[in-house]
This record gives sequence, C-alpha cells and structure tokens, in this order.
Amino acid sequence: MVTDQAVFLLQLVITGVAVGAVYSLMALGFVLIYKASTVVNFGPSELVLFGAYVAWATILNMKLPLAIALPLTLVVAILLGLVIERGVLRPLIGEPIISVIMVTFGFASVVRGVLNMAWGSDTRPFPALFSSEPFHLGPVPVSPVHLWSFVTVMLLLAAFSLFFKFSLIGTAMRATADNQQVAQSLGVSVKGIFALSWCIATVVSALGGIILGSVRGGVDFSLADYGLKVFPVVILGGLDSVAGVIVGGVLIGVLENLSGGYLDPVFGGGVKEVAPFVVLVLILMLRPYGLFGRRDVERV
Amino acid sequence: MRCGDFRVSYASDERIFETRLPPVALAALLALLALVPLVAGTYWLDVLNRIGIAIIGAIGLNILVGFTGQISIGHAAFLSVGAYSTAILEVKAGVPFWLAIPLAAGLTSGFGLLFGVPSLRLKGLYLAIATLAAHFITAYVIIHWERMTNGVLGFNVPPATVFGFPLDSDARIFYLIFALVVPAVFFAKNLFRTKVGRAFIAVRDRDVAAAVIGVSLYRYKLLAFVISSFYAGVAGGLMAHHSRIVFPDAFSLLVAIDYLAMIIIGGMGSILGSIYGAAFMTLLPEVLKLGATSLTGVYPNAFGLIASARDIVFGLAIIFFLMYEPQGLARIWMRFRSFWKLWPYAY
Repeated sequence: MVTDQAVFLLQLVITGVAVGAVYSLMALGFVLIYKASTVVNFGPSELVLFGAYVAWATILNMKLPLAIALPLTLVVAILLGLVIERGVLRPLIGEPIISVIMVTFGFASVVRGVLNMAWGSDTRPFPALFSSEPFHLGPVPVSPVHLWSFVTVMLLLAAFSLFFKFSLIGTAMRATADNQQVAQSLGVSVKGIFALSWCIATVVSALGGIILGSVRGGVDFSLADYGLKVFPVVILGGLDSVAGVIVGGVLIGVLENLSGGYLDPVFGGGVKEVAPFVVLVLILMLRPYGLFGRRDVERV
Repeated sequence: MRCGDFRVSYASDERIFETRLPPVALAALLALLALVPLVAGTYWLDVLNRIGIAIIGAIGLNILVGFTGQISIGHAAFLSVGAYSTAILEVKAGVPFWLAIPLAAGLTSGFGLLFGVPSLRLKGLYLAIATLAAHFITAYVIIHWERMTNGVLGFNVPPATVFGFPLDSDARIFYLIFALVVPAVFFAKNLFRTKVGRAFIAVRDRDVAAAVIGVSLYRYKLLAFVISSFYAGVAGGLMAHHSRIVFPDAFSLLVAIDYLAMIIIGGMGSILGSIYGAAFMTLLPEVLKLGATSLTGVYPNAFGLIASARDIVFGLAIIFFLMYEPQGLARIWMRFRSFWKLWPYAY
C-alpha cells in the first residue's frame, strides 16, 4: 500500500516534470540564440508574456477559432523575432558584451511597456485548452492539464530535435553554432541563421506562454517570473546544449517543487521561487559549463 | 591660441580641471545649489533629492561596471542591503543616523565582497547571470526574514536628527544628501588618479595583460565590488531617510536595470556621465508626467499610461544610446564643448 507521504512526493514530482517541460521549451529558444550568435537574452520573460497576451487577444478578445488564433499568434511572434534581430541586435554585432546584454534589457522594457499600454495589468482569463478534471494514475491524482502540456512540449522538443538533426536549415544552424566563419565560407547565411534563431526563440516562448496561461487559467504580468526560470535551466544544462535544456528544465521543475513542498514549512514559504537561483549559483561555482555544455567557459 | 590637448607633464595629465574657469563655475554651482531649498517648491526639491541619491548609486555602479568591467545586475540588492541595515540599525538598535549610515555602508561593503567572489571564477555574461541570481536570493531573504525586515510590508524609518534638529522635510534632507553627493563625486574622481583606479581600468581593458604587469586581479576585482557596494550602501541609507519607509518592492530587478541604464545613457567609465545619467533617468518620468498632465484635456486616460510609457521610452533610450552613442551623454557634452572651444575656426 502506498502511503500518503509517497503520494505527496509523487505528486510533487509529476507537477515538477510538467512545469519543468515548459521551462525546457522556453529555454530552448534561449540556447538557440546563444549557440548561434553568443547573445544572452535577458528578456525571456517578456517574450513569454508577449505570446500569452497575443494568444489571449486573438482567442478571447477577437473571438477567433483556435485553429486560426494559434497560427496567427505564432506569426506575430515570428514578426517580433525578426524585428528584434533586424532592428536591435544586428547593428550591435561585435560590440562589447555589456552592450548586448543591456540592449536585450532595452527591448524587453519596450515589449513590457507596449503590452502594458495595450492590455493593462489586470489578470485576463485564459481559455482552458485541456480539460481540468483530474484522473488517477494508480493512487496519484494527475491533472490532464499537466499531462497534456508535458506531452505537447515533448512532441515539440522532439520535432525540433529532428529538425536540427536532419533538415538542411537545421544542419546550417548547427554549423553556424559550431563555427561561424567556416559556416559562412560554405555558403550558410549566418545573418539569416541569427534571424531564424530569434524567430524560433520567440515562437517557443510564445508557445510556453500559451501553455502556462492555460495551466494557470489566466494571463497577467506574474507570468514573467516563469520566464526568469530560464536562467537556472540553461546554466544547469549548459548554455549551449539542446539536450541540457530538456534535462535541465525537468530537473529544475522537479527540484523547485520538491524544495517548495518540503522546505516551505521550515523557511516560511516562497522557497519554490528562490531554490532554482540557489542551484544556479552553486552550479556556477562548481561546474560553470553545466551538465552538457562545452567546457571552454571564460575563466579568469 | 590653445586648440587641443597638450599634455607635456604628468601633472598636467593628472589634473582634474584643465582650465581655470571650471573650478570657479563649480563653486558657483554649489553655492547656487545651497540656495535652492530657499526658493524651490517641495515637488522639485523631491526630484532633486532623488537625483542626488541616484548620483551616489550610479557612481558606485559605474566604478564596478564602467571602470572595472565587472557586469553586475545586482545593484538593487546592494541598495536594499544599505537601506535595510540603516533602517534596522536606527529603529531596532537605536544607533544615531550619522553612525548608522557609515555602519550600514560598511555592512553593504562586506555584502559586496561576498557578491564579488563569483567574479574571481566567472566573467562576462556568467557573472551577469550570477549577480542576477544573487539579486533574487537577497530579495527572498529580505521578504522572509520577517523578524528583522517585517516582510513585504516593510517598516517606517524616523527622520534623521542632527543635534536634536529633525531632518523631516525635503528642504532639510536636501542638505544631508548633497553634503554626501559632493564628497562621493570627488572621491570617485580622485580614485581614478591613483594606483587603485588605474588598476581597475587595466582589469577592464585587458585582464590578462593587467595580471602580467603585476595587477592582482583577485584583489582589485574584490576591491571594486567593495567600493561600489559602499556607495550603494550610502545611497540605500539615504533612500531610507528620504522616503522614510523601507519595503521590498522599492528594490526590484527593475531598479537594478534602471541603474544600469543610467550609466549607459550617461556614459560608462565616466564620473560626470553617472551624474548626467542619474539626472536623465530621474527627470524622464517627471517630464512624462508633465506631458500627460497637459494631454489629459485631449485624452483623459493619459495619466494611466505613464508607467508603460516610461518603460517604452527607457527601453528606446537604452537601445538608441547603445547604437548611436555608446559613450553616452558625457560624450555628447564633450563634443559640444570642444565644438564651442574652437568655434568659429573649427579647423
């Protein structure tokens, strides 16, 4: 017979895996950008917010059917990616790292301001894309929202992996990540790859925002906190590793749920929010290249 | 006629003022500043006070980021440690304010030392991410150490008193703030005429070369964090006395980004730039407010849009300066000055 404690543990792990999968999805975009152009995007939250708000606007505000609203949201996300890459990052290629970091803060600020101006900061109800009636997996209740979001994310990640592995464009992206000069001399449009990696990043962030929005049943600016979890995920997995993103995301999701479940009574709440960042600092101290990252980390 | 920089001795290279006019102008400016509280209304005094505090904080961040090249997104955490330790020392331990601010700044320095440790192993974007994490950890501790900090609500701080004379109005605290701004600026200006300051710049420009000529990276990186967080500690202490309340929301990540924006817009690696940046970032929302007030007749909702308009304008300003004037307002001012110096015979 399974005890209550074991059920509690399993429940935490299952929720953690489900949320962690969404972190993986959002972190995928971050890692692609870093791999292709060594730009660190400090505005991942805003990309997530952007997707969630545009999806809300198309589905609930404009009352479009889902089959039109979702592709429309993704097209808008692609446009945002193009605008950011063309307008903001391309002029700064080759500039010092502080400039590139700050410019990502800059456009994040603009995106946040525009969203706030357009839709205000109230919580917007978000349609449940999946049914919310929990079913039982053995003794453990599982909500279908978590299951379906996990399945969706895994399918997406599998699709992206196949894309990188086998398609011509995916191969060109890997070549650019490996060595920009060689890739360019072999006829790969490196600038095109930069733009493409930003578009993929905005699309996966938007998808992450939509999934989180439907899991939570509402969209507001607190979704931004989820976007920031991208940092612990990529540091744990390795800044330039796609495999690390999947493992890191799930690990961070499970870890934050477990620490929240077991340490909250000790520290008086909120441990879930800070635990990933404690892990981040520890990983940076002990193993800065993460689990799967390339080892040539800048060291002093 | 003199038309350009001729520096033929070390003394002329090191001097602060190149001509005789600036020190006179500066003295006049300070004298004028001392008279401001007699004429200005509380609104503009409040703005000036916030500019003064921002100047101290921005100089601190510029020493770390602009001069030593260590990217920190944790400046809001430094400020919060300064503000909270000042407030706790005064409210809970009964320490008088003139002792509490230096003590709190010292504490913040120790905290900065701790923050600086990752910089010994990490640089560039890894350090930026580490300081980002440190920011969240600090914010967590402040919210959850309720016995000391009173959690999300924060607590009130009594006005500072000098010889039984309470500094409880904008005009009175104005003198305290600017009495600290002036030495803060001069200390920073002089710091970069000394061995330590030169070592900071060497670490920024090429750390390996600096290490080869005998600059201890270990020592100077930590020292930069210590000095920078001392400034932040003072600025935080003044914030606690100026707003007379400390609460966690006043030190969000956006504050850290605002300070980074100040030094980028003002000019990285420039003391004068920190002052311009602090003034720019503090005045911009006020200008937006004025604009919104005049628009309310046409568009009644204008006031509600200030917060988002501020985000958009800040973001655009950051992007604009990074693309077109990476050395910031300080550089624009220098160009303006040298244009008039040579006018009308520019060649």
